[in-house]
Amino acid sequence: MNYIQFFDMRPEVALLAVYLILFMYDLVSAGRYRRLFHPLACMLATAMVAVTLSDRSTFTLFGGMYESNAMIVFMKAVLAFGSLLAILQAHKWLRSEHTFYKQGEFYILLLSTLVGMYFMLSARHFLLLFIGIELASLPLACLVAFDKYRHNSAEAGIKYILTSMFSSAMMLYGISFLYGTTGSLYFTDMVQHITGAPMQIFAFVMFFAGLGFKISLVPFHLWTADSYQGAPTTVTAYLSVISKGAAVFTLFIVLIKVFAPMIEEWQTVIYITIVASITIANLMAIKQHFLKRFMAFSSISQAGYIMLAVIGGQADGMTAMVFYLVVYMVANMAVFAVIESIEWKIRGAVRRETCNGLYRTNPKLTLVMTLALFSLAGIPPFAGFFSKFFVFMSAFSAGFCVLVFIALINTVISLYYYLLIVKAMYMMPNEEPVPAFKCDPYIRIELILCVAGIILLGVCSFVYSGIDSISFGM
Amino acid sequence: MIIPAEYLLILSAVLFFIGVFGFFTRRNLVSLLISTELMLNAVDINFAVFNAYCQPQHLEGYIFSLFGIGVAAAETAVAIAIIINVYRNIHSIHIKKLKNLKH
Repeated sequence: MNYIQFFDMRPEVALLAVYLILFMYDLVSAGRYRRLFHPLACMLATAMVAVTLSDRSTFTLFGGMYESNAMIVFMKAVLAFGSLLAILQAHKWLRSEHTFYKQGEFYILLLSTLVGMYFMLSARHFLLLFIGIELASLPLACLVAFDKYRHNSAEAGIKYILTSMFSSAMMLYGISFLYGTTGSLYFTDMVQHITGAPMQIFAFVMFFAGLGFKISLVPFHLWTADSYQGAPTTVTAYLSVISKGAAVFTLFIVLIKVFAPMIEEWQTVIYITIVASITIANLMAIKQHFLKRFMAFSSISQAGYIMLAVIGGQADGMTAMVFYLVVYMVANMAVFAVIESIEWKIRGAVRRETCNGLYRTNPKLTLVMTLALFSLAGIPPFAGFFSKFFVFMSAFSAGFCVLVFIALINTVISLYYYLLIVKAMYMMPNEEPVPAFKCDPYIRIELILCVAGIILLGVCSFVYSGIDSISFGM
Repeated sequence: MIIPAEYLLILSAVLFFIGVFGFFTRRNLVSLLISTELMLNAVDINFAVFNAYCQPQHLEGYIFSLFGIGVAAAETAVAIAIIINVYRNIHSIHIKKLKNLKH
């Protein structure tokens, strides 16, 4: 066996190096060196993103179990960048009394989930895919339950881990029937034996249900609101963007690599889930008063929009999906960073009424929040408009006109509830608004990165054309 | 005497759906955990059966079962740890008590 091939997996090796350095630092550092932990983690994560972006090679390893190409590496870089944003956001939380001593665990658990996601993206064998998914969801459950002394966190954690176990059991049951009917677990061998037989349709539905839990599409979304609300805000941001993005990309890969011959069947399934997720999540979001719970429903409906890019299974769908994920990531991270800052100021959960009159005391923060919400809603000058446009285009060119029409109507509904928050911040009177405060410096860096992303991704066309040049489809 | 594959598949399907039924009807966190364990074990049986009857010259299914058992153990460890945490916070593991997040 040629061990040098391990070093071909440059993103994973970079991640492992960062992981080991942080792990050793956690063991040996003491006293005032602990204070350098967070800057070190941020710098290492930045270096990791740079190394990941520099890799462009196309190859397969381990007898075809592992595949890498420019698109997959770009997606890995996006996930790594999202993790960097999450680490930046975590600074104040990690400094607090009950988390300071277990700061190292946060980075290590976060990076473990990230390595799981890397393997999800690259896996071309169901065993590796399964290990990747489990590695991505188990440490995440620990992160959700990270605040040991807060009941909400434990409650969210148990809800997350039980639904995640249930969903992975469903997915495995589906995979076992796929194995039985095709006789292999390699994607390339399986696709030759996929005929759309009833048992394979059953297997597909089970598999889709398993991944649907991770993406939180509508029939499988019941854990989302509770887990998002109870988890520490940083982890919620991570859960809603990075974990979801990796799962969507994996679903796309499996659909085009394994289930390609039964495209009619899976298009029907995805059609129904899209309509259900967008509509139900939008209607539920209007009623929410807690901002984190509101963002949970918003993220379910955004997942529905992302699935619009998946349904065609073509290369332009992949471009639209990845671009949508990048734009969604910067906007959503900005919203959660603002929520986290306000949370630290008022020492409690942020309700919609809490935001009343925020403009008078914190105009800059309000502006950032407004930009991010406009981008999520898809208002023209911002990146969110273009990403939604490309997603609709890809679904339209795949022939789903009615679906695009339903999604368009839902965009208007979503505009309503995003604007409710904007209205609360600018127009609603409030006797005691949140007092003026300065954000944590790391969060400020994160917000600058996010705002730059929200504005520039929309106007710089080279990002989209760059993604377009490396995407692949059926 | 060779047992027909269908019998074993029916066994695993029954086991799986007992797990699903338990997951939806039980009201205790540890029972929920046991139900999901049942589902995962049904999957392991499925893989072993498909390997033994359809692909006897390969070992892929058996290896998958082994990994499945390992991952199930890891999941149980994490879930039990969180259940203990829930118990420390509210002194109960009944799921009716887990409704703080609704309001």
